[in-house]
Amino acid sequence: MRIHARSGNSQPRWLFPFVLTVLFLLSVLPLGRLAVTGILSLLRGGGDGLVSDPALWQALWNTLTTSFLGMLVAVVIGGAFALLLTLYDVRAKTALGFLFMLPMMIPPQVTALSWVGLTGPSSTLLKAIGMAPPLGSPQPLYSIGGIALLLGVQNAPLVYLALRAGLLALPRDGIEAARLSGASAFQVLKDIILPLALPGFAAGAAMAFVSNVGNFGIPAILGIPASIYTLPTLIYAKFASFGASTFADISLLSGLIALLSLAGLLVEERVLKGRDYRIIGLSGRTALFELKGWRGTVELCLWLVLVLILVLPFAALVASSLAPAYGVPLTLKSASLYAYEEVLLRQSITRTAFQNSMTLSLTTAFGLLLVTVLMGYVVARSSRRVAALVGALADIPYALPGIVLAVACILLFAAPLPLLGVSIYGTIWILLFAYFSSFLAVSLRPIASAFHQLDPSLEEAARLAGAGFGRRMCDILAPLIAPAAGAAVILVFLIACNELTVSALLWSAGTQTLGVAIYNLDDSGSFNLASALSVLVVLLVIAMMGLLELLASRLPKGVVPWRS
Amino acid sequence: MAQLILNHLGKDFGTGKPAVSGVSLKIREGGFLALLGPSGCGKTTVLRMIAGFEQPSDGAIMLGEWLLADVDRMVAPEKRNMAMVFQSYALWPHMTVAENVGYPLKVRGVARQPRDAKIREALAAVRLESFADRRPADLSGGQRQRVALARCLVTEPDVVLLDEPLANLDRHLRQEMEETFREFHARSGATMIYVTHDQAEAMALATDVAVMSEGRLLQLAPPQEIYARPEGRLVGGLIGQGAILSMAWPDSVSREADWLLLRDRLAARPAPGELLVDVLVRPQDVVLSDEGLDARVDAAVFEGERHALRLTLSDGQILRAFSRKPVKVGDPVRVVIRSGWKL
Repeated sequence: MRIHARSGNSQPRWLFPFVLTVLFLLSVLPLGRLAVTGILSLLRGGGDGLVSDPALWQALWNTLTTSFLGMLVAVVIGGAFALLLTLYDVRAKTALGFLFMLPMMIPPQVTALSWVGLTGPSSTLLKAIGMAPPLGSPQPLYSIGGIALLLGVQNAPLVYLALRAGLLALPRDGIEAARLSGASAFQVLKDIILPLALPGFAAGAAMAFVSNVGNFGIPAILGIPASIYTLPTLIYAKFASFGASTFADISLLSGLIALLSLAGLLVEERVLKGRDYRIIGLSGRTALFELKGWRGTVELCLWLVLVLILVLPFAALVASSLAPAYGVPLTLKSASLYAYEEVLLRQSITRTAFQNSMTLSLTTAFGLLLVTVLMGYVVARSSRRVAALVGALADIPYALPGIVLAVACILLFAAPLPLLGVSIYGTIWILLFAYFSSFLAVSLRPIASAFHQLDPSLEEAARLAGAGFGRRMCDILAPLIAPAAGAAVILVFLIACNELTVSALLWSAGTQTLGVAIYNLDDSGSFNLASALSVLVVLLVIAMMGLLELLASRLPKGVVPWRS
Repeated sequence: MAQLILNHLGKDFGTGKPAVSGVSLKIREGGFLALLGPSGCGKTTVLRMIAGFEQPSDGAIMLGEWLLADVDRMVAPEKRNMAMVFQSYALWPHMTVAENVGYPLKVRGVARQPRDAKIREALAAVRLESFADRRPADLSGGQRQRVALARCLVTEPDVVLLDEPLANLDRHLRQEMEETFREFHARSGATMIYVTHDQAEAMALATDVAVMSEGRLLQLAPPQEIYARPEGRLVGGLIGQGAILSMAWPDSVSREADWLLLRDRLAARPAPGELLVDVLVRPQDVVLSDEGLDARVDAAVFEGERHALRLTLSDGQILRAFSRKPVKVGDPVRVVIRSGWKL
């Protein structure tokens, strides 16, 4: 990089090659391997068997319908919350916003479990209040509609965030000018605000669609019992019944998912292009419109929605976890902490899972930090083009659905490692690699934006003081980006801890994670144990989000995903 | 310590027009050079090349015999034994004042006790002893500036660079800080390079002033010299107050002109084809009088100790003058120009 050397660069010579090597290993190598296998098996006619398989077309159709309907649900709920919380004088906005964001951070299989516990004939909660439908009647959520509804609830926060960002960027004076020229509040909303906020809406919808396409937890828990397969669950099923054509099949299937997601991501990129992220006038505190007499009703509706999508399912989850056995009615007398004792103390599987998830998440969070601090520095100190390349390479594995990355890792590590001759397939190391690859972007974003905000003269002063790169990093830069680094660690830990999709394909005996354990417990009928574990996971999520909330005032804008 | 030499220094950022080109100058040891010019003239780029934050794309920088940078090689900033005061002060917010000042010593591996002694000494020099344990955030702008200065003082650097250090301070503080800088220069004996767009600041502080425009060095001279004998229209317009008159000039005459010559030149109509030159006239050399050239008062501003006037001569040229008595706009006056300088 001659250009680098010429600009009097502050980066040591080894830094840029190091960053490129890491990116190659974590991003280019696995996805390249997937692309090569996919293309080769297409050329060898490996796709023929798959194309003639009606299960594929059914799964594709199911994926598209659930994703599309789920997107609609997300747009309705997320859009309404974004508009009302951003533009109107609703009280307790912070609390509403925080609670509304929770579904995004709760693992999808936990969401699915809690809703299953809420509805259907064996719902402990409904039984406890004597409203359960008669035994033998179908569980209404085991259907396309059920999957779509839950996908929508899970991803509504994505629409909320995208639209809210768009609304906050609206020029305040433009809106005031419209009101001065005589437009009523409704006309301003209809003629000025909504057209201007449309890109945010479209971007949020596209993001929700991509997220729906790649979702594994919800269709796995709701779909598989009813034999409704989507593309991710079909991969899982194919992988479970391992055969000669499995590798070719799953590489093609995940290629298909990757293409669907890519289409969605392109839409998002397109509509957000050239958008100005400056926040001009609207701040979260001042409401633009007054609800007047409607305020109470609207607030009641917002809280009711939260009760419906958050409180009731969680209550059902708690109820199921307290029931002595699946199907036994819950009363004050029969309630017991048996399930918690079981998952925390007795079951070796859940204890291993806890241990694995904690070790994996902590290692990933702190290990990635070492890499992303260096990478973030390179991103902030390099030319715009280099920074964009590094950012894009880091983003791709995270933007693609986890199932795609999992398949890529399987293909990459199915054979023993070259030179070493050891295989990491089936060990915890393949999970660690996949986590590193998948969450690189999560860790990089806050750190890169912290580096961007740093006044470069702070580092230049340290250079003139005589401090070399390592010294500057430790004494000056690291302490200054510490809050962002803390946020990066918490975010990666939070997401890695709840991970199911990647682990579901990559785990084997002894390396199961929390997400896998919950899924397997439910799969084997131990609904109360699965619920107890889920309750613990939700509490963990809330604790981590609370921690981030405490850090929030010291962080660059946009680091905490539910704050904008 | 040694002479700092810039030899045909150039920097091209690839924007189509070089930011700096062909700048050659020698700064004598212990000198105080002000780099003066309008914003965007390349003075900060020169400073950043001397510091080692940018590599020259042409020419070389030497400290005595030591080649600091040329197109192929470059000594890293951390190895140059220089210090800099930044416009934004660049104090590290997570360290106390004492830690900020002592950091260059800590990096050099100076032991605790001599380090503490030097920190105390440096803080005393900028009169901030009692602030040693404060954080930069608790200080005022002027105090932060003095901490940044103390940080430069502490390592006895060969060269101290100052990048518009007074730009963020109010006028009252500026005067106080100018005094501090002068003291600092006398005490440290370091070569100092001071970037500014404020000519009064440059004149008040520097032993030499270098005027830059559009990436080029226009003139390098001591302040009195550059004030009395500026080279060219740009320098003449930039340094001090004054008006530039245009008139024919005989080849035989030296560049300095007195009233007799100026009266002749301004009275005579230039012959067609005769070359006109720019002549700088300082307002203090324009005297309102009973005789002399006819002029009309265009504008009069009371400045406290005097009235600043803008006059129009009968041929339409503009002149600046001072008057101790109030003058009304539109009044006819007569002026004598005691001296002029051909640019």
